[in-house]
Amino acid sequence: MAALEAYAPLIPEIILVIGALALLIYGVYRPDNDREAAGVTWLALAVMVVAGYAVVEAGPSSRLFEGAFVDDGFARFVKLMILAGAGGALLLCFDEMRDLRAFKFELPILLLLATAGMFVMASAGDLMSLYLGLELQSLALYVVAAIRRDDAKSSEAGLKYFVLGALSSGMLLYGASLLYGFAGTTSFAGIAAAAAGAGAGQNLLLVFGLVFLIVGIAFKVSAVPFHMWTPDVYEGAPTPITAFLAAAPKVAAMALFVRVVTTAMPGVKPQWQQIVVFLAIASMVVGALGAIGQTNIKRLMAYSSIANMGYALVPLAAGSPDGVQGVLIYMAIYIVMTLGAFACILSMRRESGPVEDISELAGLSRNNLGMAFALAMFMFSLAGIPPLAGFFAKWFAFLAAINAGLYWLAVIGVVASVIGAYYYLRVVKIMFFDEAAAPFLGIRAKEGLVMVVSLLLVLGFVAPFIASPVVEAADVAARSLK
Amino acid sequence: MNLAVSNILSLVTFLPALGALGIATLNRESKGNARWIALWTTLITFAVSLLIWINFDKSNPGFQFVEEAAWLGPIKYKMGVDGISMLFVILTTFLMPLCVLASWESIEERVKEYMIAFLLLETLMIGVFCALDVVLFYLFFEGGLIPMFIIIGVWGGKRRVYASFKFFLYTLLGSVLMLLAMMAIYLHAGTTDIPTLIDKGNLPVAWQTWLWLAFFASFAVKMPMWPVHTWLPDAHVEAPTAGSVVLAAVLLKMGGYGFLRFSLPMFPVASVELAPLVFTLSVVAIVYTSLVALAQEDVKKLIAYSSVAHMGYVTLGIFTFNQQGIDGAIFQMLSHGIVSAALFLCVGVVYDRMHTRDIAAYGGLAERMPIYAACFMVFTMANVGLPGTSGFVGEFLTLLGAFKVNTWVALFATTGVVLSAVYALWLYRRMIFGVLDKPSLKAITDMGPREIAIMAPLVVLTLLLGFYPAPILDVTAQSVKKLVTQHEMAVKATRSAAVAGQRN
Repeated sequence: MAALEAYAPLIPEIILVIGALALLIYGVYRPDNDREAAGVTWLALAVMVVAGYAVVEAGPSSRLFEGAFVDDGFARFVKLMILAGAGGALLLCFDEMRDLRAFKFELPILLLLATAGMFVMASAGDLMSLYLGLELQSLALYVVAAIRRDDAKSSEAGLKYFVLGALSSGMLLYGASLLYGFAGTTSFAGIAAAAAGAGAGQNLLLVFGLVFLIVGIAFKVSAVPFHMWTPDVYEGAPTPITAFLAAAPKVAAMALFVRVVTTAMPGVKPQWQQIVVFLAIASMVVGALGAIGQTNIKRLMAYSSIANMGYALVPLAAGSPDGVQGVLIYMAIYIVMTLGAFACILSMRRESGPVEDISELAGLSRNNLGMAFALAMFMFSLAGIPPLAGFFAKWFAFLAAINAGLYWLAVIGVVASVIGAYYYLRVVKIMFFDEAAAPFLGIRAKEGLVMVVSLLLVLGFVAPFIASPVVEAADVAARSLK
Repeated sequence: MNLAVSNILSLVTFLPALGALGIATLNRESKGNARWIALWTTLITFAVSLLIWINFDKSNPGFQFVEEAAWLGPIKYKMGVDGISMLFVILTTFLMPLCVLASWESIEERVKEYMIAFLLLETLMIGVFCALDVVLFYLFFEGGLIPMFIIIGVWGGKRRVYASFKFFLYTLLGSVLMLLAMMAIYLHAGTTDIPTLIDKGNLPVAWQTWLWLAFFASFAVKMPMWPVHTWLPDAHVEAPTAGSVVLAAVLLKMGGYGFLRFSLPMFPVASVELAPLVFTLSVVAIVYTSLVALAQEDVKKLIAYSSVAHMGYVTLGIFTFNQQGIDGAIFQMLSHGIVSAALFLCVGVVYDRMHTRDIAAYGGLAERMPIYAACFMVFTMANVGLPGTSGFVGEFLTLLGAFKVNTWVALFATTGVVLSAVYALWLYRRMIFGVLDKPSLKAITDMGPREIAIMAPLVVLTLLLGFYPAPILDVTAQSVKKLVTQHEMAVKATRSAAVAGQRN
């Protein structure tokens, strides 16, 4: 029994995996129709809730498998964010996937497995567990992106995602092997110890390993210049899947990024800091400029998420506990805004089916003021306008950068945010200033729920009883990272 | 009573937001209800805000009615007013009922949303002047962009989209740089509390210039100062009447208020060093934009450019660092708040009838609109700065302050007074005097009771403050004195430290 107790920190992951496998067996024996798929999806949500409970109720921080699996405050905070993102996106799946005739019971199961992979990513303390988590997540998502097998765009999205994802995994593995060659160990602690000595920054094995590893992760967070897959995949994948891709995996990959550079590479901080600064600036600028010309709202959101990853990398570049706190707060708020925006996008439906052109939003404020208001608030929040949540995300992000003396990074960042504000405003302009287009169909209950909850969080973050707990929890999480 | 007074600033700030919530519950068809709720909300807010003035202690230079609550760790929810900010609160609450009345008939489309936007804007504007925490200030300062963007974009004129985007992005660009400077101050001083920052003052001199410039980027755009004023004519021209009023009367004042609240006390040395820059830009603004105003064919644009010129006096006065100059600047801001608001309302009156802002489309209005002509006359004279109107006091004090500091600057600035007479009187002549020979004007009617009710308080105030400016100057005197003294001490301390450093 005592031997089993040692595995207690793994309980959330075990719940997810066993839940997924059990649902798979259950699903196979049920008829293949929408109702059954919906049933499995509800069960998957229940599994996530139980896993979330297990995360919250876990014991003291601990390490398993010689540090390959770390269960600390940071991992728990990230896991809760992942569950929020995954659960929210799962809620958006029901109606839309049914309408697209792509609602298979495998969908929630694959998403559960992806969530399990993300959990491992959040807890990874070793290059092996890092890769295992990353691949479990990625492989599940490649399939999900292409789940509409008969749709050319969806298949294209899946294939692109797979090819580029495999490429990035290859680079990551190459980097990992170089690091192993340098340190003689795959554990983060071991690499950190080996890289602590003076002159480590001149070691080619270490530096090349670091660069390739970061390139691999940068693909996953879709940081520029490794962002090219994002708009195509976002556009091609069914919209609920896009919502999923935009929220939880980004959090997991960003958490992985944070953990790798701060726990495995503290000795070569100047080396990775300049890479992160470059990725941040490139993502913010390209994300802002790339979005301006978009006419498809999902592509717009893709560039928006590229830019947002740039902002989330700004505090990481600081490399301090405040920086990590900034990343966590940014990602928490990012998930809420993203899910809310996608709930609105999913509500862009006419008799003829879903529409994705931004111009279809014309005059929405006359047809459906509530939805127009919600989407406008998400847009203003993404642009970082106070008093909405997005402002606080940027506040903590840039605060960490200024504190670390990265003034130019901060200045470029805020200027990029002004450029970015242009395309967010354009959406608001189309909804509020333009002549009304044909109205959309009514908002479905689950989209409405996600929309309202996100809206309340975005509007209410300014209230101390919402903001303070998040900020404090992120602080505790950031300081638990060692 | 005691309870009400202790939270009076929050009450005044959030009353309009409550009203907006009330309107939000109405259904879309009840236009009348939306208007009445908005009017009553703004009137009650004004009445409550008068309590602030009544209970205000003029002999106290510090912050009064201070409220504090926990918010986000070191960032507090802290409100309070002093002699500098209190009157701006009153100005805002005073003008809002007039704005609602001015929109009574001219806004027919989406009345409910319009009133909600205006009431939220009022909350945010009052908040700017009451906030005693840097982050809270920024929240209100920047949050105001959202309703104003919507107001210009939805209810504006033909080029409303262009104007609203320009307004938003210009202001945002300035503000985000200020945000970074605020972070730097916070990280250096460990607090975001404005009174503490003011009293501690004097951040490291090496930083001051950068921080000053970052704040300047925001306030200069908001003010607006030449050459970053170009968003203003567009925004003014395209905004609905009440939008122009709020923009000219209150939003522009945030720039001047910001200089007084942040730049002078927190970066005294940089302020002194960069004062020549401000003087140059102010003088250019006064002379150049006055000349530009002279060339305008559009009434609103003319008034907009004249606003830029008048704001030039404000920046000039603030950076003289003496009592007269700063008193004058504050007075000028309040007076301009009343006069420019009134002028835009005057334009609104004829625009509602003729739907054109072309100066050439008018002429000889005095024949059919005598009351209107009389009101317009008062405001034109105040705009010119004729003694006996509020415009005179502010300009006079400012120029007095400027003469003490730099004669040449004062000389050039004074030419602006002449130029303002040229464009304002010429505008008046072209619109009001002459023969009423345009067929479209033959049937134009004079102001109705609603419009007279809007104009009357403005006329009274313009004349009253012109003859008896003491109520305003008494309120500002002590706080300005404290500001000036602290500023001098801080500059002296830095200089003597520098001298001591050289000796060693």
